[in-house]
Amino acid sequence: MDHPMPPAPASPTPGPSAARAFPSRRRGRWHPPTTETAPTRAVLIAGAVLFLLLVLLAPLISVFAEALADGLPGYVAALTDPEALSAIRLTLLVAVLSVPLNALFGLAAAWAIAKFEFPGKSLFITVIDLPFSISPVIAGLVYVLVYGAHGVLGPFLQAHDLQVVFALPGIVLATMFVTVPFVARELIPLMQEQGTGDEEAALSLGASGWQTFWRVTLPNVKWALLYGVLLCNARAMGEFGAVAVVSGRIRGFTNTMPLQVEILYNEYNTVAAFAVASLLAVLALATLVLKTLLEWRYGDALMARRGH
Amino acid sequence: MRVFRTLTPLALVRAALVGGAVLAATPVLAQAPLLNVSYDPTRELYRDYNLAFAAHWKEKTGQDIEIRQSHGGSGAQARAVIDGLEADVVTLALASDIDAIAKRTDKVPADWQARLPDHSAPYTSTIVFLVRAGNPKAIKDWDDLIRPGVEVITPNPKTSGGARWNHLAAWAWAAQTFGGDEDKIRAYIAELYRHVPVLDTGARGATTTFTKRGLGDVLLAWENEAFLALNELGPDQYEIVVPSISILAEPTVAVVEGNTEKHGTTEVATEYLTYLYSPVGQALAARHYYRPRHPDFAAPQDIARFPATTLITIDDPLFGGWPEAQARHFGDGGLFDQITAPPGQ
Repeated sequence: MDHPMPPAPASPTPGPSAARAFPSRRRGRWHPPTTETAPTRAVLIAGAVLFLLLVLLAPLISVFAEALADGLPGYVAALTDPEALSAIRLTLLVAVLSVPLNALFGLAAAWAIAKFEFPGKSLFITVIDLPFSISPVIAGLVYVLVYGAHGVLGPFLQAHDLQVVFALPGIVLATMFVTVPFVARELIPLMQEQGTGDEEAALSLGASGWQTFWRVTLPNVKWALLYGVLLCNARAMGEFGAVAVVSGRIRGFTNTMPLQVEILYNEYNTVAAFAVASLLAVLALATLVLKTLLEWRYGDALMARRGH
Repeated sequence: MRVFRTLTPLALVRAALVGGAVLAATPVLAQAPLLNVSYDPTRELYRDYNLAFAAHWKEKTGQDIEIRQSHGGSGAQARAVIDGLEADVVTLALASDIDAIAKRTDKVPADWQARLPDHSAPYTSTIVFLVRAGNPKAIKDWDDLIRPGVEVITPNPKTSGGARWNHLAAWAWAAQTFGGDEDKIRAYIAELYRHVPVLDTGARGATTTFTKRGLGDVLLAWENEAFLALNELGPDQYEIVVPSISILAEPTVAVVEGNTEKHGTTEVATEYLTYLYSPVGQALAARHYYRPRHPDFAAPQDIARFPATTLITIDDPLFGGWPEAQARHFGDGGLFDQITAPPGQ
């Protein structure tokens, strides 16, 4: 921003740095940071609010309205149904197994990428991002192809009576695949920004590798790690496509909450479907609140501090 | 904010691992359960039948039996069993789906259809039309479906067992009407698919499209699916129209012996399917709008709901049995592909 540039009306909100770039021309006279007329602004704001209402708020409200269509007793009955309870338990179990494993993997991957140089590093980063670009249905199918009865590992698994697809391990694997990037993606930019200076200082003062990790590296990224785990968890509990392929849809056993919602809806059981969906919505809202709290309280620690 | 200061990520990981161990340790099963892998529209039938069978098994052997259910598109369910879903019995929409399991695995014997009476189809169904209340487009028979302005909802025969029966029922009517003139039959079927705005992947999805999304003037549906929609969504909203000719749909059942021998459930699985032919099983089938093989076992008022119509079987020379019909109509490059291919291909 150090080259001269006329105040462009096309740019609606010039940042503070742009305002500072032309102090002499604007001195002594207050000038609003935006140049749109009041009606234009009103139309833009109304459009944005309407969009949010129609796309986000209305569906969210309708989830709870449909869930409570038969009153509170109907809602409670729908959630205490054995199949619904089993779906809730399975969803929690899958999250509890897959999220910590992905947190460990994400931390290790981010640590390797940010603190070391090795051949194939950019390929490694690309591989971590792969689940973002692959359709979840394909993610599920590849597990069937590898671990299914006719898959590469199928004969071995069958010989040892190990059930992977259409059982808990397959559901956990598919969920982990889909949620791999969340923690690593959150940590890599921050750890790259922090560099290796702190670690080098600790090592030069006589700390061991593990001490350095526990006392320097981990505390530096703890809030970003928690943030990544939060997003990872939200996605793990909400995943439908990949899990649908490997679940086998056994009622009361291998149906997660999103699958149960679809099943109930297709059985014309709208109240129960939306009751289960409302739990997922509550989870999403709780995630949002925690995420906002983290951003508000620890925003500095979450982002790479540019320019300092 | 105190909570955040005291919760380190490490503590979270520890808590998660402990929680996981507690959840995983919860006992899930006590004895070898039975897994019935079925197709979409049988959910309500097997929910009742499983209770009846558990009572019967308890009375007969003194054992408690737990029955698990899995539902989905018939073809997709067969695929899952082939890929390793540990079904003890399969109760699917058509014989060719169980044939596929027999062909691709050694878990079902090749002659499975001869193991139970009535070529392993304990109940039958047919294809009917579900129209909106008052039948505003005056749809009475198959030729009304291709009138201008009529939209037809039917799922994709490539993925849905029900859609294959729909296709063959339309073919049977056209064959009769046009005296077997193949060109005219093809022209009719092609015109019929031009009246279909959306091909869902499964029967239940097509029903939802017609009822909840309000698309189309007529739904080609399993008779039991049409009755269920009528009951669940209000008899004041829809009517069932039975065409002059339809097809005898035979949903078939089989024990997946390769799996039951491993689970030690061969005996209970065989009894589970045999009991479908008993007075209790037949009465339950009729109550859930499947046409029983033995109408005398069912409640007369249930039987009275099934209108008489001409039903062509899949073994009719017109179709020559499932293997031939499957290859000719629905195989790659088969009649469905030819008829629905875009012009110029």
